[in-house]
Amino acid sequence: MRMLNKTNIGWLALFLLVFALIQGAVLVGWIDAFYEIALVTILINVILAVGLNLIIGYSGQFSLGHAGFMAIGAYAAGIVTKQIPNYGGLLVGMLSGMVIAGLVALIVGIPTLRLKGDYLAIATLGVAEIIRVAILNMGGLTNGAAGLSGIPYLSTWFIAFLAAVFVIILIANYTRSSVGRATISVREDDIAAESLGINTTRYKTVAFVLGAVTASLAGSLHATYFSVISPDQFTFMRSIDILIIVVFGGIGSLTGSVIAAAVLGVLNVFLQPFGSLRMILYALALIFIMIFKPSGLLGTKELQLSKWFNRKKKQTQRQPVKQKEAAR
Amino acid sequence: MTLMKVEKLTKNFGGLSAVSGVDLTLKNKELVGLIGPNGAGKTTLFNLLTGVYSPSEGSIDLVQDGTTVSLIGKRTDQIAELGVARTFQNIRLFKNLTVLDNVRIGLHNKYGVNTFSSLLRTPGFYRAEEKMTEEAMKLLEVFALDEKADYLAKNLPYGDQRRLEIVRALATDPKILFLDEPAAGMNPRESVELTQLIRQIQKEFDLSVVLIEHDMSVVMNVCERIYVLEHGRLLAHGTPEEIRANKEVVRAYLGGE
Amino acid sequence: MENFVQQLINGLSLGSIYALLALGYTMVYGIIKLINFAHGDVYMVGAFVGYYVINYLNVGLIPALLLSMTFTALLGVVIERVAYRPLRNSSRITALITAIGVSYLLQNGMIYLVGPGVRSFPQVVNNTLYQIGSFQISQMQLLIFGTTIVLMGALQFVVQKTKLGKAMRAVSIDSQTAELMGINPNAVISFTFLLGSALAGAAGVLVGMYYNSIDPMMGYAPGLKAFIAAVLGGIGIIPGAMVGGFVIGLIEVLISGYGNSMIRDAVVYGILIIILVVRPSGILGRHVKEKV
Repeated sequence: MRMLNKTNIGWLALFLLVFALIQGAVLVGWIDAFYEIALVTILINVILAVGLNLIIGYSGQFSLGHAGFMAIGAYAAGIVTKQIPNYGGLLVGMLSGMVIAGLVALIVGIPTLRLKGDYLAIATLGVAEIIRVAILNMGGLTNGAAGLSGIPYLSTWFIAFLAAVFVIILIANYTRSSVGRATISVREDDIAAESLGINTTRYKTVAFVLGAVTASLAGSLHATYFSVISPDQFTFMRSIDILIIVVFGGIGSLTGSVIAAAVLGVLNVFLQPFGSLRMILYALALIFIMIFKPSGLLGTKELQLSKWFNRKKKQTQRQPVKQKEAAR
Repeated sequence: MTLMKVEKLTKNFGGLSAVSGVDLTLKNKELVGLIGPNGAGKTTLFNLLTGVYSPSEGSIDLVQDGTTVSLIGKRTDQIAELGVARTFQNIRLFKNLTVLDNVRIGLHNKYGVNTFSSLLRTPGFYRAEEKMTEEAMKLLEVFALDEKADYLAKNLPYGDQRRLEIVRALATDPKILFLDEPAAGMNPRESVELTQLIRQIQKEFDLSVVLIEHDMSVVMNVCERIYVLEHGRLLAHGTPEEIRANKEVVRAYLGGE
Repeated sequence: MENFVQQLINGLSLGSIYALLALGYTMVYGIIKLINFAHGDVYMVGAFVGYYVINYLNVGLIPALLLSMTFTALLGVVIERVAYRPLRNSSRITALITAIGVSYLLQNGMIYLVGPGVRSFPQVVNNTLYQIGSFQISQMQLLIFGTTIVLMGALQFVVQKTKLGKAMRAVSIDSQTAELMGINPNAVISFTFLLGSALAGAAGVLVGMYYNSIDPMMGYAPGLKAFIAAVLGGIGIIPGAMVGGFVIGLIEVLISGYGNSMIRDAVVYGILIIILVVRPSGILGRHVKEKV
């Protein structure tokens, strides 16, 4: 069983530790109803930011339409769970949202992902707006501008936590694989990648679709935790909020996205009373980071348990290698 | 045995013909030189043959296992999959990735598992990763780059970057390798070493190599046949001796009548 | 048919506002390859300056326009100097994120200063309706159309006939070579922002009067649509921005007039995506491929 290697067990232990810490804090009462909202918001933002980082940081494509795919997941889960108000309904809602979001991403991705950088950004922004206008015009199904309310409270922080861990593992697995490297090669130099037989459109699309699917999952959690959704929760501003997390954490660092989502989530709680002043601070921070440290908090660095373990292994292995050489 | 056959290849940019009416044949396992003054259309020709540009006129046929495949209208990555690899005049490495990863990306099409297996890390995924790393290290060893496998490509010295680009191209397991000024910017000693290396890999990997080079001594020494381009047209082609004796070529290079 | 002509008139007046805004996008993109996301918000600031000078200084339309244009021109220059110039050699994505940051800053700064509410714009022009045959045109529409034509004419003159205009064109083609010819690219880029932002300020005042309402978020949608207009016409090409602006204005008005105004925005974004995919160089542009 290669899956049961040291690195993977290390990660499992880390996730269990975080879970135990949160669970402990909930039991002791440090995390009350108010802070639980902040916690779930953080977990949802982790999913969104990790997915967006895959698109921006790894495939090097600039998407400004993340909120649109989140909206698809939110409405899918909202509509389904209102009909089937149990965990089965939640699962069906989540999955159908992910499938629809994936298909939409596939359909719009194949033509638009040929565009470069800022053109793609505007195109994806347009896609998200079209999704929003579509939701506004679906009559009774989505209830127009008023949105859906009375969605059953099915998601808990525990479900959000599981989903976040699932998404982190999935995306991290992807980025550290041959397909992941092919995706990164598109970011680094698409012409060179093509010359090596890498179908750049395919890997851009895969990253885009994966990002869209995870955003949809986040939307489903949002709908079934907060119970009320409306199209104005999924505007361009929401996409920018996620972008801010990705930029702060480091474009190309999943670890950075997770940390930034947590830090900004906690900051939000404390800066809540300041209203628009808080947004001004974020805007200024965004500008200053771009000017003085465009790589964000962590650049492209990642927390790599495998490196830790391998470092130890290397130290113990180095000796025999030298002996072998000497013996020759 | 013919490997690639190019007929009347033409590329117009606006009113300008960068390449016009070029005929070219490439046989199995030969080393061919492509020379010509600056702006003669050598790199454009490479870009046409590798699908980076689409030709305005003419045909490019690749002979594979006895069947002929036209490369016209194919994307660069499809052409690469058919066994045509290249390097670039202005080095295009994946600068922020390690030397090993640069080569493993070249191996991706051959060994990489699909997205699904990668997401879920199936046993096949681990096997494929190990196999790729092993193959990549073997290739790096040929070019004495294995010690630097963990370096970021951008931190390699210039000569190593040029060689890494060749390793990366070889990783795709090509039948034809186009080298765009591989010795550019190298000192004479490095340049001689590289020349030997090119000859060596051509034999070892059973390749046809087409080489754009400015250094005449390199071309004359290693190439079996030479094509000379001027103003996008084929000026001459033949063995090094024939080219050396060709008055047109001498005029193109030295000027005057 | 009458209805169609009426829609045409409405479309042209809306389109001229988009054209004014699109010019700013196109000039900036032409010269530093940046989608100046904050441009729509500069236009919003222009509308607010117009609002305050009319209400508190009791000035007429022309002085309000000029004051607003002056203010936004300075704002544009400051934004370029502080936020964009340090990133001149960064990637385009970095610059774009910064522009989004500036946009966010202007919106939230304005919300902080004046609150998020919608205000009604003071009416300084009698909105007389002129009956021409069976369709009507308002004085407001004539004014918007007239102002736009005058400003565009002035811009064309500056870009085509003056020394600074020549410098702008030179820098947009090759900034480094222009510098070797003794042109100061920074000064030229500042000047470009000055021109574009002044036009945005004018558009802000005109829109405030036309729709009679302004708010801190008003820049977002028109800004995007004006950008789409610029792309449609061929980004970087000044006459293209004018053409694109009028086309988008007409399309919007025709969809609202004949179809469902709810899907109007979706159609405009749809057009954007189709243009980007089918002809990214726009109506008047030429396609350029990266050199390998």
